[in-house]
Amino acid sequence: MTTSPSARAERLVNLVLCLLSTRQFLSAERIRATVPGYADVASDEAFFRMFERDKAELRELGVPLETGRSSMAEPVDGYRIARRDYELPDIDLAPDEATAVALAARLWDSPALAGAARTALQKLRAAGIAVDPDAASAVQPRLRATEPAFAPLLAASRAGRVVTFSHRSNPSAEARTRTVEPWGVVSWRGRWYLVGHDRDRDDVRCFRLSRIGDDVRATGPRGAVTPPPDVDLVALVAASAGPPPPTGLARIRLAPGRAEGLRRGARPDPGGDPDVVEIDLSRLDTAARWVAGHGPDAVVLEPPELRDAVVALLRGSLDRAPEAADAGSLR
Amino acid sequence: MTAGVAERLPRLLTLVPYLLARPGIAVAEAAADFGVAEAQLRRDLELLWMCGLPGYGPGDLVDLSFEGDTVTVTFDAGMRRPLRLSGDEAATLAVALRALADAPGVVDADAVQRALAKIEDAAGRVGVEAAEPVMGEGVAVGLGRAPGGAEDAVRRGVETGRALRLTYYSASRDAVGRRVVDPMRLLLVDASVYLEAWCRRAEGVRLFRLDRVDDAEVLDEPSAPPPGARGREGSGEDLLRPDDGAHVAALVLRPAARWVAEYYPVEGLHADADGSARLTMRYGDRDWMVRLLLGLGDAVEVLAPPDLVEARRARAREALAVYGEGS
Repeated sequence: MTTSPSARAERLVNLVLCLLSTRQFLSAERIRATVPGYADVASDEAFFRMFERDKAELRELGVPLETGRSSMAEPVDGYRIARRDYELPDIDLAPDEATAVALAARLWDSPALAGAARTALQKLRAAGIAVDPDAASAVQPRLRATEPAFAPLLAASRAGRVVTFSHRSNPSAEARTRTVEPWGVVSWRGRWYLVGHDRDRDDVRCFRLSRIGDDVRATGPRGAVTPPPDVDLVALVAASAGPPPPTGLARIRLAPGRAEGLRRGARPDPGGDPDVVEIDLSRLDTAARWVAGHGPDAVVLEPPELRDAVVALLRGSLDRAPEAADAGSLR
Repeated sequence: MTAGVAERLPRLLTLVPYLLARPGIAVAEAAADFGVAEAQLRRDLELLWMCGLPGYGPGDLVDLSFEGDTVTVTFDAGMRRPLRLSGDEAATLAVALRALADAPGVVDADAVQRALAKIEDAAGRVGVEAAEPVMGEGVAVGLGRAPGGAEDAVRRGVETGRALRLTYYSASRDAVGRRVVDPMRLLLVDASVYLEAWCRRAEGVRLFRLDRVDDAEVLDEPSAPPPGARGREGSGEDLLRPDDGAHVAALVLRPAARWVAEYYPVEGLHADADGSARLTMRYGDRDWMVRLLLGLGDAVEVLAPPDLVEARRARAREALAVYGEGS
């Protein structure tokens, strides 16, 4: 026998009200005899199946269902909901705090997080707090999480379950299967990463979400993964995604009034030449790319390996833009 | 269909306390607040009307009184407060609040910290162990941007509705310039904060990234964007899409330059068998595009437009001549 979704919703609301109103633990049989919707169920087996599903549904929602016996004389465990555990405690938000919360709820541009933010805001408003979703419309926050791997990885991190997925170490590399104990997903400088313990390499690893396939699978029991206490996920990503520490210095001559961006990230020449700047070198290819982009406006003075790398890039540009590709031959 | 119940039950449990706090609210307004159609909200109210306390007599059921298009709860059957925040809900708000606190200039950081403490406090007071324990928040945000120094002045301009004189580094023109703007709003998109404003010099709505504002002076005159000035619609990528009328380049990226397709918005990506990618990419300023291309060397080929190919060749040749490597 099946019941309509509407009848089930009605039964669940009545179950919550009934268990909130009792101090005694109520046995399943008592509940069956009391709460409308259970009495029509013919067999014991069907009733218990239905009741199990209902309990799971309420717990999924976060309803604190207590199990126990009111006295030693009770033959079986019963159920109740303690009001102080069920109800949202008093929260007194000042107007500027309420504005901050309303903005925070609007931050997520991802179905997995936006839904939870919306229901959280509805609860706060139901508690009488004036959190106006349109408050401070002079500010529009948005944090996107569009990668297909986002929702399953977030769920697995929260549940503490091991995940497997396919991953490319760079966009043109071949995909390989990884098995990871997930500690959390991290947005660092606008890009999403998974941080966790890579079981194959037996080490902490960060994975760009855009390089993870849509084949994320959670395996094993809940609670199997516990992040190390006080682990700083953002710091782990920052260390892995950021540039390595500088290994040397480069001196660059800049054309007056040009290459402003390069100038902003550089130090003035210790020798006092206004057209020469110093930059830290950590990765030669990154520095070469940056300098070569400015063409004749930024010329490497030293070191020679940076000069050679820049010249190689410029030659490469010339090779890819041969004279023969002019308009005449395209006609 | 349990999906329907999973979506509806939280609303049903929240509705009665919500209405209790707002006697005589219009049904349409409540529906809009919950993001459902008015007809759906009326069905929810009809269902709640059938619910109540054991005994289930007339005095035990939730009672509502309708007057015109408004509704008032006259008996709540014990649903006086909403269910506490779930672990997911509290974590989602807390992580977002921490991200806002980390975003220089968007909101008053002090108010964010106070709100965060109260949300964490309310979510933390759980007496019973949840059946499905949440191991951790599972999500964290680091914007990783150093403040530019002028955030407070910019926010003051937005909040008080005054014009601003900006000293601004434009990455597309690779130059610092001064301009007077009429602030419209602040945007936090992914990791960066932007001021959306009418630029009197460009006579158009422009986005100014806050960490590139070297200096901002709040002027006495009010912010007065022309009546037709419109902010950008949409979210995320749409907000940052280059302006209409931008140029389009057709490129072939070799594997060493494939990161460009992850870093910048591109269209029509087609991967070739040799690992290179063909795509088109919009750009507003040719000099900016030439800088990008020169930095990529032989890892990128430009198929179109011809003037971009020509500009790249000319700059590369000029630079090689300075190095004494001219051909």
